[in-house]
Amino acid sequence: MIESFPPGLVLIAGAALLPLARGRARDLLVLGLPVLTLILVWAIPDGAPLHAQFLGWELSPVRADALSRLFGTVFSLMAFAGGLYALRQASTLELTAALAYAGSAIGAVFAGDLVTLFVFWELMAIGSALVIWSAGTSTAYAAGMRYLGIHLLGGVVLMIGVIAYVHATGNPTFDELTHDGMGRWLILAGFLVNAGAPPLTAWLPDAYPEASPSGTVFLSAFTTKTAVYVLLRGFPGETVLVFVGLYMACYGIIYALLENDMRRILSYSIINQVGFMVTGIGIGTPLALNGAASHAFAHIIYKALLLMSAGSVFHQTGKRKCTDLGGLFQSMPITTICGTIGALAISAFPLTSGFVTKTMINSAAAEQHLTIAWFILVAATAGVFLHAGIKFPWFVFFQKDSGLRPPDPPRNMRYAMYIFAFLCIAIGLYPAPLYAILPFPVDYHAYTAFHVVTELQLLLFAGLAFFLMLPWMQRTLTITLDFDWFYRALGPRLAYAGTRAWDGTAAFLSRGTRKAGRGAFGWIQRHHGVHGVLARSWPTGSMVLWVGVLLAAYLVFYYV
Amino acid sequence: MNADERHWLVRPENIRLLWRIFIAVLAVVVVAELPLHGESHFGIDDWFSFHAVYGFVTCVGMILFAKLLGMFLKRRDTYYDD
Repeated sequence: MIESFPPGLVLIAGAALLPLARGRARDLLVLGLPVLTLILVWAIPDGAPLHAQFLGWELSPVRADALSRLFGTVFSLMAFAGGLYALRQASTLELTAALAYAGSAIGAVFAGDLVTLFVFWELMAIGSALVIWSAGTSTAYAAGMRYLGIHLLGGVVLMIGVIAYVHATGNPTFDELTHDGMGRWLILAGFLVNAGAPPLTAWLPDAYPEASPSGTVFLSAFTTKTAVYVLLRGFPGETVLVFVGLYMACYGIIYALLENDMRRILSYSIINQVGFMVTGIGIGTPLALNGAASHAFAHIIYKALLLMSAGSVFHQTGKRKCTDLGGLFQSMPITTICGTIGALAISAFPLTSGFVTKTMINSAAAEQHLTIAWFILVAATAGVFLHAGIKFPWFVFFQKDSGLRPPDPPRNMRYAMYIFAFLCIAIGLYPAPLYAILPFPVDYHAYTAFHVVTELQLLLFAGLAFFLMLPWMQRTLTITLDFDWFYRALGPRLAYAGTRAWDGTAAFLSRGTRKAGRGAFGWIQRHHGVHGVLARSWPTGSMVLWVGVLLAAYLVFYYV
Repeated sequence: MNADERHWLVRPENIRLLWRIFIAVLAVVVVAELPLHGESHFGIDDWFSFHAVYGFVTCVGMILFAKLLGMFLKRRDTYYDD
């Protein structure tokens, strides 16, 4: 029984119990459910133990293999550490939504067919929107609405694709989608919306930073990485993904360089990192796919750590803009150290988790002699250090002294950061356990002298560029326009202009018809009205006169 | 606040020292490549100190490109609130 229980349902059902629990029972649910989920993830044997019938299709709600177990593992870890980070500060609504969201993501990575996948996909959209809304601010409400709009649109595209694909093939099983046709491309488009691919990139930095400190941590992990999972499963080696991924890697850097809000910087950097994974999936060799999968695993941990440290700063100071922050290392040493470990890991510094995973993708591009891809990936590796590796810790914890002296955050938030900081370094020092659970056998050695030295050259000289060009990097109170301008500014303006035009036309038409009507009515009234020539009453005398005239005329004609 | 009360990390003499250490580290990682020979996939990727030059040049390029893009796309951060 336990071997065939859908692991995602544990968190979803537990989330339903959470509003009823108080005190220790609540803590036990928040921290115990992810542990139970992790046990179930590893209890399921390879294969699809459950079957169900739906509209004549054979569905498999649970299907386990190395790939789904890898993502199930890191999602469970994330739910645990995120729950610990949120335990004392987050509202029950947020924790409930976050657990259901995490459960849906785990449900999605264990879905054996496209229909089950779609159901969990939509549950994730709802759960994540609730996490955003539970921040309780008006900006969070508006950003959550925009977020949900984009994701429901992506969901509709995915659903049409699934229907078309299953109709064409007669088989709803979710494996590599090889049958070419409209269905396949629509499914790919639906998946890419959640990955933060162009043109719909802006939903991510628009919505995530509006959530609470812990809400942003949860959000950073599940939606985009579930998209990476489904792309790994359904579209390995799809060439389009190389171009999409390279664009995302560059886009994230450039926009993050221009950004002032610390959590928006880290949100742009999610797109940059997912760009590396998407490129790896597009390259499609076992090394590249292993790189994409392991990088997703490492990324969830260091990105959550970075957002935990940024969230701690926000929680302790109430400030989120680089222009308001600085000098915090003096009073928040633990947050500074944990944030810096996350920053080194995302930059793929040797001895951190990013180094043992990201370099697999770069090496795969080199082995396939993908010249342009390799040069862009290496430049983007340097750029990651620039925008996330140095820029985030520098402007938040160092640079000018803002005069703020907040203490480190409460205990539960610190413990969550310790766990993930430990994992960032542990995976970097000893990657073998991670390599052992990847989908393909690993024959890759990250720590060759040449790799280490060239990576250090790349990163340290990127650091030199940062500090030499520091005057160019000073933050301003600005945002950078993105594709969301079309639906946040142009759309409303067009709608406003349209309403104005319609109002004008309607007024013109009503004035015109009134005038024309008045004219026509006046003409009728002139001739047929009370005093009109054709309707007015005549005196009796004039009739007698006219009768007399007619009779006289008759007499005249009679004698003639 | 006089210089002695400030954190050691923000005192000018220590910042100068940190710069010297940083430059020394940069020199070490370049020199460390001398005895190494990596696999070449593209002809120039195993040139001596290729990664150092490439990392520096591309980062300067990215900063300049971001600056240029910012001239067209930057707006005050209340842009969407108005």
